[in-house]
Amino acid sequence: MKLARDTWLLFQRQFMLVLRNPVWLIVGIIQPLYYLFLFGPLLKPALRPALQAQGTPDPSSGDVYRFFVPGVLVQLAIFGTFFVGFALISELRAGVIERTRVTPVSRLAMLLGRSLRDVVTLLFQCALITVLAIPLGLTANLGNVLLAFALLGLIALMLSSLSYATALKLRSEDALAPLLNTVGIPILLLSGILLPLQYAKGWLQHVAQFNPFSWATDGARALFAGDPSNPNVWKALVILGGLTVLSIYWAARSFAKSVR
Amino acid sequence: MMIETTGLRKSFKTRAGTVEAVRGVDLGVDKGEIFGFLGPNGAGKTTTLRMLATLIEPDGGNATIAGVNLRTRPGDVRRRIGYVAQGGSTWDEVTAREELVLQSRLYGVAKPEAQRQAARAIEAFQLSDFADRKCKTYSGGQRRRVDMALGIIHQPQVVFLDEPTTGLDPQSRAHMWGEVRRLRDEGMTVFLTTHYLEEADALCDRISIMDGGLIVAEGTAEELKQEISGDVVTLGLTADVADKARTLLDVESYTRRSEMAEHGVRLFVDAGATSIPHMLRSLDGVGIEPTSIELHRPSLDDVFLAKTGRSLRES
Repeated sequence: MKLARDTWLLFQRQFMLVLRNPVWLIVGIIQPLYYLFLFGPLLKPALRPALQAQGTPDPSSGDVYRFFVPGVLVQLAIFGTFFVGFALISELRAGVIERTRVTPVSRLAMLLGRSLRDVVTLLFQCALITVLAIPLGLTANLGNVLLAFALLGLIALMLSSLSYATALKLRSEDALAPLLNTVGIPILLLSGILLPLQYAKGWLQHVAQFNPFSWATDGARALFAGDPSNPNVWKALVILGGLTVLSIYWAARSFAKSVR
Repeated sequence: MMIETTGLRKSFKTRAGTVEAVRGVDLGVDKGEIFGFLGPNGAGKTTTLRMLATLIEPDGGNATIAGVNLRTRPGDVRRRIGYVAQGGSTWDEVTAREELVLQSRLYGVAKPEAQRQAARAIEAFQLSDFADRKCKTYSGGQRRRVDMALGIIHQPQVVFLDEPTTGLDPQSRAHMWGEVRRLRDEGMTVFLTTHYLEEADALCDRISIMDGGLIVAEGTAEELKQEISGDVVTLGLTADVADKARTLLDVESYTRRSEMAEHGVRLFVDAGATSIPHMLRSLDGVGIEPTSIELHRPSLDDVFLAKTGRSLRES
């Protein structure tokens, strides 16, 4: 009860901050739109052989976008939440973290208030992109799309927690930026978001198997394709669910202990 | 006793090695007093304050705040204390009123009551001119008053102020002193750190002098000054003769201790009025004529100097 109340209070404040300075929200929406409108048409012919290999002899626009849009959404989920730690560093500098830590407010709420704000903004962006893809030829079952959004929400919750915990540990933008980029790029490349991993060599496919986001991409694609019973779906939910719990645990501890 | 600590210790690991920031602090602060921690930067004042405010965990020792054990029940300590950090505590894009309401609600207060508390704080700290503007527009003095209002919105029994007047102009500083005294008069116990001698002297009911992670002296400003009984005589001398004059006067029976001052020599003597004629005679004998003579009662800086061998103004 106290946790829910504290989380709600801090969530409201964090959301207010987003609305008062919505630049990042807008950037976060525009970037995936570039992919949708500038990269999607390019990809259409390129994806044909991959989709044919998967058992779609004559892929339509719908087939291509059912493959492409979930990838763009997973990418947005990764890159939209991976860098939220930067905001926390400026909050550390402003002294608001200390001020909150002196109050009896729940340490888990200090994390969740922020991470849930990130989840909500992400899902808003994802909904917008999905809707805008409909005129391009995307059709999908609403229930399946909502389940895919749950998967995206888990990614956001997990990565924002990790980003906040890392920011609390490093406490400087100069240290955080190279670290996040070094980790983020391979995660993105090995998730099969832009091009399917079928094109990859055997060893690369093997490495990608250990990338939870590769499972998320496969799961989200299966859902958009109308195949919720595909084992990739439950596997993605279980893998991301477990990792999310671990990340939240670690990050909440960092808020409790944050030294100096 | 509102605050009681025994053997409080904290060290930090840095690349250069382990820094023992606080090396065993014992202190007691009574209910309703303004207690000052005086010392140079790096003395361990802020680290001690942050330990007492539950922000960092002590490595060793014990503390009781408002009757609650800091080590075993930090959560209950948090309900009883307020803390005002040195570097600010507000979001730029939010107004002081919004901050005050949130802060009050973080202590479990319902929204309508939180709004009433915020309005009261705005009045008490005279924030009404700017309380509905965004915090990023405030001056340094305004910001500090908002920080203070945030720190005590829940009427804590003890409030910790870290360098409350550092960087403020004289007028804002005087205003701040007034606020601190008001809190004490309302029954709060105030624990503050400062590196300003005047502030410790004028504002604090009791003072602890801290240096190198340890408390080197404690008492009221008067008690501390009386510890080094006698007077301080400062002789203004040109650089070429200062050394010679010091060597000459240092061995005299009335001199307890001497040191080089900025433009001359400082002597700690038993009684200034009777020793000055002797000094002048001795100096005249070797052909030295001081440019000025000053006699004063020991200041807190003299106390600091006597305890640590360094001047607080220089460190």
